[in-house]
Amino acid sequence: MNTNPASVTQAVLARHADEPGALLPILHEVQDALGHIPRDVVPQIAEGLNLSRAEVHGVVTYYHHFRAEAPGKHVVQVCRAESCQAMGADALMAHAEHALGCHTHGGHGSTSADGQYTLNPVYCLGLCASSPAIVVDDKLHARMTPARFDKLIAKLGETA
Amino acid sequence: MSSVTIYVPRDSAALAVGADDVAEALQAECTRRGVELNLVRNGSRGMFWLEPLVEVATPQGRIAYGPVTPDDIVSLFDAGLLTGSAHPLCHGVTDHIPYLAKQERLTFARMGITDPLSIADYEAHEGFAGLRAALALKPEAIVQQVLDSGLRGRGGAAFPTGIKWKTVAAAQADQKYIVCNADEGDSGTFSDRMTMEGDPFMLIEGMTIAALATNATIGYVYIRSEYPDAVATMGEAVQRATAAGFLGDNILGSGRTFTLHVRKAAGAYVCGEETAMLESLEGKRGIVRAKPPLPALEGLFGKPTVINNVISYASVPLIMSRGANFYRDYGMGRSRGTLPMQLAGNIKHGGLVEKAFGVTLRELMFDFGGGSATGRPIKTAQVGGPLGTYLPESQWDLPMDYEAYAAVGAVVGHGGIVVHDDTANLSKLARYAMEFCAIESCGKCTPCRIGSTRGVEVIDKIMAPPSTKHNKPQQVQLLRDLCDTMVNGSLCAMGGMTPYPVLSALNHFPQDFGLANPDRQAA
Repeated sequence: MNTNPASVTQAVLARHADEPGALLPILHEVQDALGHIPRDVVPQIAEGLNLSRAEVHGVVTYYHHFRAEAPGKHVVQVCRAESCQAMGADALMAHAEHALGCHTHGGHGSTSADGQYTLNPVYCLGLCASSPAIVVDDKLHARMTPARFDKLIAKLGETA
Repeated sequence: MSSVTIYVPRDSAALAVGADDVAEALQAECTRRGVELNLVRNGSRGMFWLEPLVEVATPQGRIAYGPVTPDDIVSLFDAGLLTGSAHPLCHGVTDHIPYLAKQERLTFARMGITDPLSIADYEAHEGFAGLRAALALKPEAIVQQVLDSGLRGRGGAAFPTGIKWKTVAAAQADQKYIVCNADEGDSGTFSDRMTMEGDPFMLIEGMTIAALATNATIGYVYIRSEYPDAVATMGEAVQRATAAGFLGDNILGSGRTFTLHVRKAAGAYVCGEETAMLESLEGKRGIVRAKPPLPALEGLFGKPTVINNVISYASVPLIMSRGANFYRDYGMGRSRGTLPMQLAGNIKHGGLVEKAFGVTLRELMFDFGGGSATGRPIKTAQVGGPLGTYLPESQWDLPMDYEAYAAVGAVVGHGGIVVHDDTANLSKLARYAMEFCAIESCGKCTPCRIGSTRGVEVIDKIMAPPSTKHNKPQQVQLLRDLCDTMVNGSLCAMGGMTPYPVLSALNHFPQDFGLANPDRQAA
């Protein structure tokens, strides 16, 4: 897979050349390919779409989904919304922070010092009848408990 | 070789509790026993406490087993799963399970029954009948049907759908758009997600009918990034519908054109607000626009645009195929038809309950929901998402009806119901509502951007230990004043409705704020 930021971005821009309002689809594809949206490609995207760098930077930083920094090897998202709170999400988040060595504050997550894990809060995964819910590397898990969480993370360790 | 048809849902709520592993184990066991398996990955029936729900086709109908784990497969086969025989996990004929049998499923009639991506299956269950009926009508006749049905926006604002369509139909422009708001960000809601994953052609059909009614030729479905399965299924469904001639340049040979695009959002709650969503679709930060101009006249790329929620569009095919009266005959007052309600949070039997308007919260939480998941007494439920109010027991017998809820300052919204047991602390939930607003505010207007942060601080002062010497009554008054500013001064519902959960918590559960008596009578 091509992971050179400039050539990945060039290919994505070419695919969306004639699409109106294409910035979000472009940013999604760049992040899907590179894991994040490196600062270096912002001017390239701006030029490709005839926007200012500030406009592209503004969009990258406005949306929670886009990240400018490379995430840890595994990305864990824990739902913090009301339905999951009603089923112990706060305790689950505290457990996850402790287990992964990450801290969350408000809407922000963090990456563990060893670069293994990024832990992010998320606001609703639509699994509210099976709360609490989490995502581990793009895979959804519902009816989560601290014990099952530990098992999932241990499995990640085995494949690391 | 004997053969059997078995259904294992592909709904993400089923996948999140291991449906793929169950499907794999079923396949392996069938191979081992020399049984030819016709495995259908259906949508979910919406009984999420039973997921993964395995259904076996038998002469008596589909027999339900759940919740099934891969470890149960051998014992299920030994007990006679293939013929629908008894087993501790067996619930009998699926359609006879009271949770389903007591519902009035109009929009969700096909949900969990069909293969979501099979056009043949869709058409065999009344699919595209509404579109065919609409193609025979003039645009104004389609709009009239929708008006007559009494359908109101299911996204939360409950604005009459037909009036929106009429406005766009009357607008003169070289290009009009149909936009579906599938940014279902409310906690406790998942009916849009189920529709897109479990019956995507219904949404496509509804949007196409809207295009015919308004002379729009391009559509967008704006789906939140937290729903990757819905994005994938909708994308595939649009491709298949286009290939089969239900979308594209010449819909079913009519000469009419409608092209549909799927767009993925990027995790901003406020983009569920329609004008912020338009900005996002245009490739900008999701900042709320001032209204007027109405999006119906100046919407996407400045052109007339119909914006409806997933369930609003999804309700239309049936209205077209069965007629406006059929739909209008359900419901009460000015709330016509049915609402797919979603039971979530601390509830024993969480899931999708579609009923005509008029059902009560108590019926939903107890007759359907079976009480709390923890077995403790239910303290309150928040209805209508994170901007909805917390309802105390005194309001649980109100009919689910837009006007009846509005009369007590509550909202039906998108039909999400998040149940909390007696361990919930409402001051904490009120603080969370303000915190959520601070995180998600688009920042355009001051009451929302600053007010939410001040709201967190004031609630912290109210809850501070007595030693900190904050004057509690004064801080409570400050919170009320702040909420008043937010309600009346915010540009959109984000800041304008965040006080709803906060004030309902304060009014109905003052003891959770350390107030001995209500500081004023509940509004």
